[in-house]
Amino acid sequence: MKAVLTVLGKDTTGIIYKVTKILYEFDINIEDISQTIVQGYFTMIMLVAIPESVQLPELTKRLDELKKENLSVQVQRTDIFDAMHKI
Amino acid sequence: MLVNTDVLETIRMLEKEKLDVRTITMGISLLDCLSDNADATASRIYNKICNTANALVATGEDIEREFGVPIINKRVAVTPVSLAAFNKTQEYIKIAESLDKAANEIGINFIGGYSALVQKGISATDKVFIDSIPEALALTGKVCSSVNVATTKAGINFDAVGLMGTTIKSLAYETRHADSIGCAKFVVFANAVSDNPFMAGAFHGIEEGETVINVGVSGPGAVLAAISKLQGEPIDVVCETIKKTAFKITRAGQLVGNEASRRLGVPFGILDLSLAPTPEISDSVADILEAIGVGKTGAHGTTAALALLTDAVKKGGIMASSNVGGMSGAFIPVSEDAGMISAVKAGALTIDKLEAMTSVCSVGIDMIAVPGDTPAETLSALIADEMAIGVVNSKTTAVRAIPVYGKKVGEMAVFGGLLGEAPIMPLNSNSSVDFIRRGGRIPAPLHSFRN
Repeated sequence: MKAVLTVLGKDTTGIIYKVTKILYEFDINIEDISQTIVQGYFTMIMLVAIPESVQLPELTKRLDELKKENLSVQVQRTDIFDAMHKI
Repeated sequence: MLVNTDVLETIRMLEKEKLDVRTITMGISLLDCLSDNADATASRIYNKICNTANALVATGEDIEREFGVPIINKRVAVTPVSLAAFNKTQEYIKIAESLDKAANEIGINFIGGYSALVQKGISATDKVFIDSIPEALALTGKVCSSVNVATTKAGINFDAVGLMGTTIKSLAYETRHADSIGCAKFVVFANAVSDNPFMAGAFHGIEEGETVINVGVSGPGAVLAAISKLQGEPIDVVCETIKKTAFKITRAGQLVGNEASRRLGVPFGILDLSLAPTPEISDSVADILEAIGVGKTGAHGTTAALALLTDAVKKGGIMASSNVGGMSGAFIPVSEDAGMISAVKAGALTIDKLEAMTSVCSVGIDMIAVPGDTPAETLSALIADEMAIGVVNSKTTAVRAIPVYGKKVGEMAVFGGLLGEAPIMPLNSNSSVDFIRRGGRIPAPLHSFRN
């Protein structure tokens, strides 16, 4: 499934590394990536392809562990963004 | 192609502004469960609900996880139970108990449809059913009940209005140990809609199919955030902004509804895009009215602000989904909205202003706590006024009032959870006894004759 992964948090070293390491473990391909830093806050948006074999609860559990490092990570199917912003 | 600002806007609406799908409600027809034996009927109903809706909660949770949209409640609405046509209250109570047992078994939050439609007249079995409501709601936890006593087409059944006052009083007494919470699960309607996903008034109308998925979207927080950026702008900019926000909220709900319908193999019914507040801060319809510009909810201008809000929400929603139904607008429950509670406590919002507001909101006088010693006739008269507003304006109106046993004006009634807490409000203390005791029927208004 196609999903949007967003990472928000205070800018520090190694954020992309920590997130992509988890994605690599789950065999998730990154199709697009963009990141900005607004007033010291790191914002990254990735378009990812999650294989059917991945159990979503396991993935979100792993990503939630990044909360300890003050990073908020969301994975959502792309449909929700299309629905809300396209006519 | 996704635009980053759109992605971040959605994330902000979901995370900060508490945008959520308030409920996925599955409507289930119970007509094929009915028999002349209450035990057999109760057991068929239990089996049918468990078999039909067993995947509802898990499916809701899956959708929630995949799309990142919180789905607060999963509910079931059934065919109005009064249609079982039993002769003893205990027979109806068996049905209420089987509904409650089924709701607990499948893990849903509420089950609605312990209901009767008596807008024109009350049959003998309808009367027995209404008599069973206080005990049925006291004995169960998740069962919600409603009675429709008026429609624009039929007029107001004044006998039923009289009966509702005493029903609410006994319900308050039966649940006196928990601030009369039973009354929070009972609503009296004019022009009830049979595909409403919201409680306490949801039921599965007899004109509906075998099963259906109806979705109730919420999102006062998202509307509030959008309006807060518009200080000093003209009112038409406010309307336009509400419309655009309602569009986005509705689209999220439509997506969730379609997914639920597809995964459960149940036809999609309607999307109800009512702004439904919760007791949490910033998830308040009153706060929206204040952001539009009224100093405190209840101030002069409140009704106009609410009217434009309700209208703009409907317009944005209709553009976003071809299946908008239910009530769709803005709910103004007192106990469930931190801003409304604060306005009542400050003395800005009185029962009279609240009544005026119900002529332009999506439902009616909702979740108000009144003194425990309020006479039944006064409650009936409050209902009569509200029914008149609904019947004459061809809109749904309702009363969900809680005469809190043993409590007086100024005290608080605490219900907990989504039901919140409410300051006890004073009602007009002059008598309505002679008016209510007349009984009979108020004829339908002139404009109902369209045939």
